[in-house]
Amino acid sequence: MSGHVFHPGHAELHGITVVLETTTGELLVGRFDEETSAGVRLNDVAEYRAASGGPTREEFVQRTLKFGVRAEHRQKIVPTGEVQRVSRLTEWG
Amino acid sequence: MPYDPRLVKPMREEMVRMGAKELQTVADVDAVLGDPKGTTLVFVNSVCGCAAGSARPGLSLALNHPVRPQQVVTVFAGQDTEATARARQYFSDYAPSSPSVALFRDGEVVHFVHRHMIEGKSAQAVGAELAAAFDRHCAASTV
Repeated sequence: MSGHVFHPGHAELHGITVVLETTTGELLVGRFDEETSAGVRLNDVAEYRAASGGPTREEFVQRTLKFGVRAEHRQKIVPTGEVQRVSRLTEWG
Repeated sequence: MPYDPRLVKPMREEMVRMGAKELQTVADVDAVLGDPKGTTLVFVNSVCGCAAGSARPGLSLALNHPVRPQQVVTVFAGQDTEATARARQYFSDYAPSSPSVALFRDGEVVHFVHRHMIEGKSAQAVGAELAAAFDRHCAASTV
């Protein structure tokens, strides 16, 4: 069972934790599921919200790297036209 | 809803073969993590192959390292839900993640490996990183 892949046949980023930045300024961290005609679907998603005195986007991502993804949404679908960049969390910057 | 137990049996057995003790109840978890002495590694097992497929064999490789934790235990996320929830209370600073690894020394989490740190890595890479953590944190307490 070593190296067993439970659900093969998906996109390269399937199951990978990514940072998705949108053209509207949103920043989401979640597990990439798939991209369909509806957009990019992420699972177990944390969302950065800019707030006075709150963490910067950089701090939010660094904290997520260290302490994990505090998921607020079970699932999020971002229309493809609004996706600016998708990066692996471990490679974001 | 948990997966069919027959489906996860090989994943449980893989952990037992490498010497991990399964914690399947809250009492099991408290009996181990409630006694904060020495070094204990907790592996949060997972069905998902995207990361667990390299996490389990990576841990198995690391456990062949001459320096290793005194105890190795495992809970199965999505299967033994109460035991997993209880274990996560002992490392609640860290967001729930599976698979994941928490390394305790005298009751304190000294190293944590999230799922996102495993994804896309080979078992060898996962094993090497865990072995390096064992060298840092378990050197004086090897069995």
